Amino acid sequence: MDDVLQIEPLAGRRFAATGIALEPAPFCERFSLRAGPEEVAEVGKEIGIALPVKPKSSKTLKKISALWLGPDEWLIMAAPETGLSAKMSKLDGTLCSAVDVSHRNTAIYVEGPNALAVLNAGCPQNLSLTAFPKGACSRTIIGKSEIILLRESPERFRVECWRSFSDYVWNFLVDAGKSAQI
Amino acid sequence: MLLIQCPYCQEDRPEIEFQGAGEAHIARPANIADISDAEFSEYFFIRDNTKGIVFERWRHTHGCGRFFNAVRNSISDKFIMTYKAGEPKPELTEEQIKAAAPISKKPAADKPEPSPSKAEKAK
Ligand SMILES: [Zn+2]
Repeated sequence: MDDVLQIEPLAGRRFAATGIALEPAPFCERFSLRAGPEEVAEVGKEIGIALPVKPKSSKTLKKISALWLGPDEWLIMAAPETGLSAKMSKLDGTLCSAVDVSHRNTAIYVEGPNALAVLNAGCPQNLSLTAFPKGACSRTIIGKSEIILLRESPERFRVECWRSFSDYVWNFLVDAGKSAQI
Repeated sequence: MLLIQCPYCQEDRPEIEFQGAGEAHIARPANIADISDAEFSEYFFIRDNTKGIVFERWRHTHGCGRFFNAVRNSISDKFIMTYKAGEPKPELTEEQIKAAAPISKKPAADKPEPSPSKAEKAK
């Protein structure tokens, strides 16, 4: 969609320290998708990506990512040029709920050999590669804020958080990044 | 940190991701418009608050977001099992109950044993 207002609350911020770099992710389109077990296959076909049904798993195809959040809930994300909104509007006749949450969330990339230590400063989950491999995703918390965590590579995570919490999450990660190098 | 098994995420997750949501298996009366105020308050407000084995609703709020049920010993805080919402109340085995029991400190508390010094003197 051309007329999408692109809100980037963390625009211009950067942080780097020993073994850790933080960077705001560019704007992307996001949909909160709910669908029952009978509709999963049909919904996937309409939007062009088979929805993952395994807990904590994600799938990325042609720059569209589908993240399993719950047994009937997914977060669908894509760069603006992929035309995700147009794909989602094809769901008109399917029993499901697709809500545009592009502006509700923003995201931070956390990258480097210390990424794990920085995230675990406030995230209680086991982020070892066996428990949380590449492609794993989960809704969880960091500090006092809810986030959605996606591991893009062993040392690169995407932290999705609500826009109004983004300043808190950013500063939390910066503080953790400063202490990770001590 | 206490770990709780989410039946939907199918793994142990940190307690901080969850919220307790009160007693489980409370059925809403089918004839809700006909029952008396006393009966309604019994259904709506009154809970057992058992000391020991409790059946509870929990929600994986900061995870999959789903409600599920759990069996817990309210004294030891040990979870015996969790199961999906809508599943019947499970039967517990003796071993399950025993495994979640608090570590007992000698006999019953209402009849305190004589202190060791006294017992020694009696000899
Ligand atoms: Zn869960």
